[in-house]
Amino acid sequence: MSAFTTTDFRARPPGRALAFWTRLRRGDEVAYTVTLTCALSILAITALLVFELYTNSAETRHKFGWSFLSTSVWDPVAGEFGALPFIYGTVVTSALALLIGIPLGVGAAIFLAELAPAKISNGLTFLIELLAAVPSVIYGLLGIFVLVPMLRSAEPAIRAVLGWTPLFSGPFYGVSLFSAGVVLTIMIVPFIISISREVILAVPNEQREGALALGATRWETTWNVVIPFARKGIMGSIFLALARSLGETMAVTMVVGNDPKIHASLFAPGYSIAAVIANEFTEATGGLYQSALIELGLVLFGLTMVINGVARLLVLGTTRKGAA
Amino acid sequence: MSRRICIYSAALAAVLTMGAASAQQVLITAGGATFPNPIYSKWFNDYHNKLPNIAINYQSQGSGFGVQQVTAGTVDFGASDMPMTDAQIKEFQDKRGSAILHFPTVLGADVPTYNIPGVTAKLNFTPEALAGIFLGKITKWNDPELVKANPGVSLPANDIAVVHRSEGSGTTFIWVDFLSKVSKEWETKVGRGTSVNWPVGLGGKGNEGVAGQVKQQPNSIGYVELIYALQNKMNYGKVKNASGEFVEASLASVTAAAAGMKEMPEDFRVSITNASGKGAYPISSFTWLLIPSKIADPEKKKAIKDFLAWMLADGQKMTEALAYAQLPKAVIAKEVKAIDKIQ
Repeated sequence: MSAFTTTDFRARPPGRALAFWTRLRRGDEVAYTVTLTCALSILAITALLVFELYTNSAETRHKFGWSFLSTSVWDPVAGEFGALPFIYGTVVTSALALLIGIPLGVGAAIFLAELAPAKISNGLTFLIELLAAVPSVIYGLLGIFVLVPMLRSAEPAIRAVLGWTPLFSGPFYGVSLFSAGVVLTIMIVPFIISISREVILAVPNEQREGALALGATRWETTWNVVIPFARKGIMGSIFLALARSLGETMAVTMVVGNDPKIHASLFAPGYSIAAVIANEFTEATGGLYQSALIELGLVLFGLTMVINGVARLLVLGTTRKGAA
Repeated sequence: MSRRICIYSAALAAVLTMGAASAQQVLITAGGATFPNPIYSKWFNDYHNKLPNIAINYQSQGSGFGVQQVTAGTVDFGASDMPMTDAQIKEFQDKRGSAILHFPTVLGADVPTYNIPGVTAKLNFTPEALAGIFLGKITKWNDPELVKANPGVSLPANDIAVVHRSEGSGTTFIWVDFLSKVSKEWETKVGRGTSVNWPVGLGGKGNEGVAGQVKQQPNSIGYVELIYALQNKMNYGKVKNASGEFVEASLASVTAAAAGMKEMPEDFRVSITNASGKGAYPISSFTWLLIPSKIADPEKKKAIKDFLAWMLADGQKMTEALAYAQLPKAVIAKEVKAIDKIQ
């Protein structure tokens, strides 16, 4: 090998050139192996995670079986564990966050990418990216000390408009599924905005020019051409936001009320899977109790997979329709 | 060349002397309860300053962590806000082949804190009232049980909002241990633990979560650690002890509760909630260090025994500055004797 190092490439006979190309290809193979290892390590970490969660939750899996998912008593003293209230709280708060966050985030991204002057767009984007980097405990504290009192004063107004639905009935203590949903919204919107904006900016200008040339207005161009083109990327940003909201721990536990019961009303307190694990794991003594908390981790993993899977199927469905 | 050798040998000598110095270093790892962490940190730090070759590294990750880790043998000693159960002690014995010893270090207490618009008086709480409120049976502030204990205070007919700790904690254990002693119904329906299945109420995260929720929510009641209430100058109620006296929590009344205990068991595993005696505050508890009775490493054994002796003498003088109630003299004397059980 060292013989090649001093060789002049231009003067090399054909046989040697071939060897050089082989070497290059070897380099390719090295790169291939290295990157493959990187990719496989992700798979290995995930597999190890599932394996650990699965083996360490053996005790509750054997004791409760599938009823772990469908019962709602959580009594560490008596050793009875059911995950349903936590699953419910996780799904409801995340759904609420997406419900408010998607229109808000995508709307802001459209403005920043398509309509706003560049100066405003860049300035605002910088601020939004700052928001994405704020630690969640800060959002939790803001939730307790600012948002919850605000919601408390806004409660009569919300109740006046929506009070007829069971979703906004019952007493309001400030901390609730609703408050958690709103805090999560604030946390995920920066993700949706900043990624969606990048994606919209990446849409080729020919697309816009084509639509404008055909006589479309600026908004028609944006809504009918640019957004459909960027749809996949926008969906990607929403997945990321969803993943963050499903797994969010600190901010949720500070404002959700931490009550493991299922209430129809969003004004009632609730609990989420990540929150209960964080709250109870350190003081959990005894195999069964710990096993129940670890099984909750497994449930959260499964829940995230199922929700992401369903969402991906939905996207697949809509993009196919769009293409046809 | 000879200069290079000279440098190498000097470096080697430096490394060797460092190695010799660190051979005398005694590194002790410990872990457990978060509630006594401020005083433990001070103790371990001051002790290290006194004897620089002894370093105790304490991980404050919760009482459950302390029990588990000392049982698994990953720490030299543990710390817990609740005494180990018989089952846990048996598990320790099976795994480690020796006994586990409990050493009380300081005392803690819980206080009921409340927010009733228009009521500024210090409220009196009977054990029946507290149990009733936390069971969800007393739902209004003007319940006869509360009115009877608070003559001259006009309590409103508003619904009571209950706030409790959301995470597992020694503070919760003290609270429910007290409720279990004063209410049969609580004992059978809910029971004792660092986390329980609360019949009613909202969960606040940490003392600050409960305090914040009580402050914001009109007509609410919650419980916080006495130290937290003192440091934040919070308003809290008096509680009736087993002698029928309404006592306000303070460092003195907590120590009085421990001193009033008739008989300290040999293993120090004792609950002092619902204490009787003059000026004894009834929602108090010890917190313990969990120390294996057999420590193989002679240097570690000596260091731990010396530390315990120091903690019971000089260490106790530091507690009140950090708002922990100190141990009664009789308990200290008994503990000093128990140090010899460490073999």
